[in-house]
Amino acid sequence: MSNIEQNKNILEVTSLAISFGGLNAVDNFSLSIKNKELYGLIGPNGAGKTTVFNLLTGVYRPDQGEILLDGENLVGKSVEEINKTGIARTFQNIRLFNRLTVLENVKVGFNAFNKYNLLDAVLALPNKKKVEEESNGEAMELLKVFNLQDEAHLLAGNLSYGEQRKLEIARALATKPKLLLLDEPAAGMNSNETMDLMNTIRFVRDKFNVTILLIEHDMKLVSGICERLTVLNFGRVLKQGITNDVLNDPEVIKAYLGD
Amino acid sequence: MAFFSYLISGLSLGAIYAIIALGYTMVYGIAKMLNFAHGDVIMVGGYIAFTCSISLGVNPYIATIISALGCMVLGVLVERIAYRPLRGAQSLSVLITAIGVSYFLQNVALLIFGANTKSFTSIINMPPLKLFNGELTITAEAIVTIIVCLVVMALLTLFVNKTRLGWAMMAVSEDKGAATLMGINSNATIGLTFAIGSFLAGIAGVLLCSSYPTLTPTTGAMPGIKAFVAAVLGGIGSIPGACIGGFLLGILENLSKAYISSQLSDAIVFSVLIIVLLIRPTGLMGKKQIEKV
Repeated sequence: MSNIEQNKNILEVTSLAISFGGLNAVDNFSLSIKNKELYGLIGPNGAGKTTVFNLLTGVYRPDQGEILLDGENLVGKSVEEINKTGIARTFQNIRLFNRLTVLENVKVGFNAFNKYNLLDAVLALPNKKKVEEESNGEAMELLKVFNLQDEAHLLAGNLSYGEQRKLEIARALATKPKLLLLDEPAAGMNSNETMDLMNTIRFVRDKFNVTILLIEHDMKLVSGICERLTVLNFGRVLKQGITNDVLNDPEVIKAYLGD
Repeated sequence: MAFFSYLISGLSLGAIYAIIALGYTMVYGIAKMLNFAHGDVIMVGGYIAFTCSISLGVNPYIATIISALGCMVLGVLVERIAYRPLRGAQSLSVLITAIGVSYFLQNVALLIFGANTKSFTSIINMPPLKLFNGELTITAEAIVTIIVCLVVMALLTLFVNKTRLGWAMMAVSEDKGAATLMGINSNATIGLTFAIGSFLAGIAGVLLCSSYPTLTPTTGAMPGIKAFVAAVLGGIGSIPGACIGGFLLGILENLSKAYISSQLSDAIVFSVLIIVLLIRPTGLMGKKQIEKV
């Protein structure tokens, strides 16, 4: 990959703000993430991290500020349009479609790329069959990456916790994002599982050419894989920069540990 | 033999309830709202078929299709105009709006067709089936209704479980937020659900008026409520539940009319609902909702 491409900012957020009933949940928040970067968003509980995710994905509309993904403005787009533009996410408390199978969960993610219309689906036209076979193959490939191919026909709700976390990432990748948001991917994992997860995240970044922004409390994971960090405190950026510099910053330590 | 005769007409009535209940249950499963105007869509379906086949002389089968398509358009319009602006509003507001839509449709029908009862000619022009040397007579309407119900149920189950639009519906039903974040257009999916439910209501309307050939602006109200009861009995949100609930209710209603009292039959039907809900609050096929903390 050329230097120019690597240094290009995939996400540009400028002076984003939202308030709920007078409380500035996020205020003057700016963030630039380079293409294929592994970026961490950390901060004490209630700092506004999840609110930032909700702003990026269009669940909340910012009071002010600009969000550009690969040069395209996202503010004002609907949630599903933003997903189609290239942002997908996972959830802190897993939100899979438990009544669908593992394979169907992934194929629902392909939804945005449906190449056949309603009439084809209802009438079972040949076009549908072809598209369906192609997407079956594609979905199985994706499941293989996460070693879930043998569970493809189980209901998602019957997977183990670790497998459900992986399936959530697979489902998000099925929507072909440019930017993948992971909300506390290591929550509830022991240190072995966390190590495994770190490898998976790096692998996903390289294999799918995605940029990854993650929220995490596990400092081992953060210092292990994030190249740069933003620390949020009371809805404002406390510090931004290279991971080690940020984690050793006295202000950041104070925000986490108190006075 | 009389027992079997009551049983079969109960099954036929139940089949109509089941088709209507599907509309309630699918809309509830996906939009999490009770569409109390659903019964009146049936009545509109009846009037469309009546106008086409009797006033305009269209072939009755084509009239049925026109009626189903007309109801489909009506259902989508109602969702678009009355319910979609209330997405995210309190469920009470949506419920009251649905009741408003119900009265609106009834009164529009009153305005156009008047309060007089129209006598509907059955679209099914076939002789009844006589079994056991004529001891048991089954009307063609009953047979057609039961078959249509089973076919509809099978097609719908296939659609929901085997097509991507079906999975999208299940995904929206389970977690609308997560589904939209995965690029699923939830408004379109909800619109599709209303389209399917109302299409079925149109068919149900024609079948209902074929078996019980009177048509007034309030024709849909009582079957609508019964079908709602059937959906709740079977477990609201569940497609097989709507089917089982519908058949049970139809049989129960007919048998209690025959053997207990025709005046008390509705009271008996509703008492059974209360008892089932006391024992199984989620209905016969309903899944237990686990509150996530």
